[in-house]
Amino acid sequence: MAEKATVYSMCGMCAVRCPIRVEVENGRVTWIEGSPHVPGIEGALCAKGSAGLAFEFDTERPQFPMIREGARGSGQWRRASWEEALDFIVDKLKAIKTEHGAKAIALADRGGPFTDLTKSFLKAIGSPNYFDHDDSCAKNVNMACQSLFGYGRGEIGYDFSNTKHILLLGRNIFESLQVKEVNMVLDGIAKGAKLTYVDVRATVTASKADKFLTIRPGTDYALLLALIQVILKNRLHDIEYATRYCTGLAELEQFVQPYTPEWAETETGIPAFEITSLAHELSAAKPNVIVHGGWMLSRYIDSFYCSRALYILNALLGSVESRGGLIIAKGPKDAGTKGLNSLGKNMPEVADKIVDASMPNKSLGAGHMVNLLKAIRTGEPYPVKAFFAYRFDPIAAFPDPESQKKVLDNLDLLVAIDVNYSDTAWYADVILPEATYLERSNILITQKGPKPGFAMRRQAMQPRYDSKPAWQIFMLLATRMGAGDLMPWSSIEEIWQYQLEGTGVKIEDFAAKGSVGLAKDPIMMPRDAIKFTTPSGKIELVSEKMAKAGFASFAAYVSPKKPADSSFRLTFGRTGVHAHAQSQNNIYLHEIIGENTLWMNDREAAKLGINDGDLVEVSNDDYSGTIRAKVTPFIHPEAVFMLHGFGNEVPLKTRSFKKGLRDTRFQKGLLETVDPVGGGVAYMEAMVSVKKAKGGKA
Amino acid sequence: MSIHYIYQDQRRCIGCYACEVHCKTKNNVPVGPRFCRIIQVGPKLAAGAPRMQFIFMPCFHCEKPWCVSACPTGAMQKRAKDGIVFVDATLCVGCKSCITACPWGVPQWNPESGRVIKCDYCKDRVDKGLKPACVTKCTAHALKWVSPEEASRLKRERYAREIAENLPY
Repeated sequence: MAEKATVYSMCGMCAVRCPIRVEVENGRVTWIEGSPHVPGIEGALCAKGSAGLAFEFDTERPQFPMIREGARGSGQWRRASWEEALDFIVDKLKAIKTEHGAKAIALADRGGPFTDLTKSFLKAIGSPNYFDHDDSCAKNVNMACQSLFGYGRGEIGYDFSNTKHILLLGRNIFESLQVKEVNMVLDGIAKGAKLTYVDVRATVTASKADKFLTIRPGTDYALLLALIQVILKNRLHDIEYATRYCTGLAELEQFVQPYTPEWAETETGIPAFEITSLAHELSAAKPNVIVHGGWMLSRYIDSFYCSRALYILNALLGSVESRGGLIIAKGPKDAGTKGLNSLGKNMPEVADKIVDASMPNKSLGAGHMVNLLKAIRTGEPYPVKAFFAYRFDPIAAFPDPESQKKVLDNLDLLVAIDVNYSDTAWYADVILPEATYLERSNILITQKGPKPGFAMRRQAMQPRYDSKPAWQIFMLLATRMGAGDLMPWSSIEEIWQYQLEGTGVKIEDFAAKGSVGLAKDPIMMPRDAIKFTTPSGKIELVSEKMAKAGFASFAAYVSPKKPADSSFRLTFGRTGVHAHAQSQNNIYLHEIIGENTLWMNDREAAKLGINDGDLVEVSNDDYSGTIRAKVTPFIHPEAVFMLHGFGNEVPLKTRSFKKGLRDTRFQKGLLETVDPVGGGVAYMEAMVSVKKAKGGKA
Repeated sequence: MSIHYIYQDQRRCIGCYACEVHCKTKNNVPVGPRFCRIIQVGPKLAAGAPRMQFIFMPCFHCEKPWCVSACPTGAMQKRAKDGIVFVDATLCVGCKSCITACPWGVPQWNPESGRVIKCDYCKDRVDKGLKPACVTKCTAHALKWVSPEEASRLKRERYAREIAENLPY
């Protein structure tokens, strides 16, 4: 009889980290499903989640520590033991520390709930230089959200299942998907919510919408200003709420005056009557209305103001901290429970400032990955010579990978800790293989939300290769760096125990469901006593923090450049089948979408003699590549589109190697082109020219 | 027709292909053959909006299965107790008659074994009182494991509600 066990854990195939139930037979994971206990999940798992099994048993992932032998990126490696690899790293770190101080060691990951480990590791070794990927994702959104409400983007959730109207601007919620969110939105629609979707192309989300509006790329801000203008001019806002909570209402009304729907029509291509009618519909649904603040808005140089305008609409419609609107996330404290203890709680504070604390012409906040790369390039304000990329692939993620490689060449040490052969790993000096999410336990996490809780990722099977969990890797490194006494734990259970001290929650409480809820019912603030964490305690339409940093709260609209003849704005996005650049080599996901295509408008394609399925040559500056065209009327004529994450350049990933084109290769020169306020990169400021490839008949 | 039926709620289906992967990982299907498929149709303009349909194509488990009649060895069978159509791999000789016979392209060629494989509604799960992998883990809960009677009832009730909602009162 086979030995069978059930483990509740957390998916690791993308950054959503859905709760999962895993079946293990004779030490082998045989079945993964979404947690049956979580509303909105109830067994559900996406394609990537199920493909986790194929990932686990794949041989095309790092199997042991590797030390580079040839030039960076040459693919010449030697197998090393953990001892040898850690010693190699630490010897270099010590030399760098002696010459430049510990602050010359930086680490970046993809943010998220586990960062207490990486931040604490840096604190233990005395470096302030923790960064995340957010400049390539939600930084503009986060900064915009904070400037208005004090709360960050992740601290404000959406009550989709009880809403009356959802407005999404390019938030392709059914393809760039989170399982629970998908179900909440579908439940909301089933209960009568209207969905309005605005994008440059017709996505799956567009096909589910009551109203789909095609917008000229780069003009979202114009549409939003006009919506605000109509709402304020016609007093369609929640007057009581807005008057009670907003600062700067009069200034906003004054500012938006010239931005009429008729004006916006000339910019966006969306008819004025549609804009006016949308404003009225949103108002009719208030306050049970959701204007999504944006997910990944590292797109244009005005994306910060765009996101800010999205959130302002919510403020005007009174939907923040309203049923069917935006709900401010509550933490353990709000539920009357002590929070988890930080691993770095008892460590001495780091005296040095993060490298971009006072860089000239700096955007809001600190910890911008783009600024780290700048410091690595220039050595200013001080040199950074060692860089750990933990489960993070900046070479695949950020614009212009070739320029970035030149920047990284200034490092004395580049280490990748990953479960994948990422492009950054391929360029690194050392690859440390992390155990997969099925093979490792992680530190406990806090889940903020209307019903806060703690959650656990628990190891379901032994590592199949010579890999280690992150907590162990970082503790081994800290110990070798002489900081072992600051990270004194010898097992994950000891860490969990330490994290839980004083919370009243025990390790065994996680066995039944993988998480522990701290509140029985959703916690909501009373409508007349909503607390915002801005300096004034209000929704700051005119932001004190921005003024202090030298930024205007309202920025005039600047019309985006129109592409020249036979050239187009390169837009990109996601499919539900793949996670960024991580999953294209997975046998089952590759089988479904093995390479990307270039969406182009049918009339534009006709002008260039391009038919659906033809091979086309896409080029920008001196780089070009060939891909199949998907000719469709459902994309704006100024835009072309390709899925992100394809065109991998790591030969060991044989299935996806050089399949499709990599969007970031066409974003030449954009590595340091950021939204000046939010600091997010501006991927979509790239133009490409397209022509039929030689012999390009389908 | 088997006593089981997979009802696909088109309103909830988001064409994410998860059902295909749920099936492949559960049944250890190699790259190539697929027991179920999502076929995207569209987008097409319908009343000014771009509409897509994602048609779920598992085996229909026919009452009079063409594949069973065509099979010369008795490998392709219909289960007496619930009508699930399945293939006994030990009897399959790889003649492909079932592939020729099935009007919907359901029986799949396994290039690794040189035999036919196909959707059996995850009968080992069904026998334990569970649902097929595709239904159990459907991302959007668009697939439902019901009887054919329930399926037509669901459809009829939904249609009635839609008509009523659109009446000009």
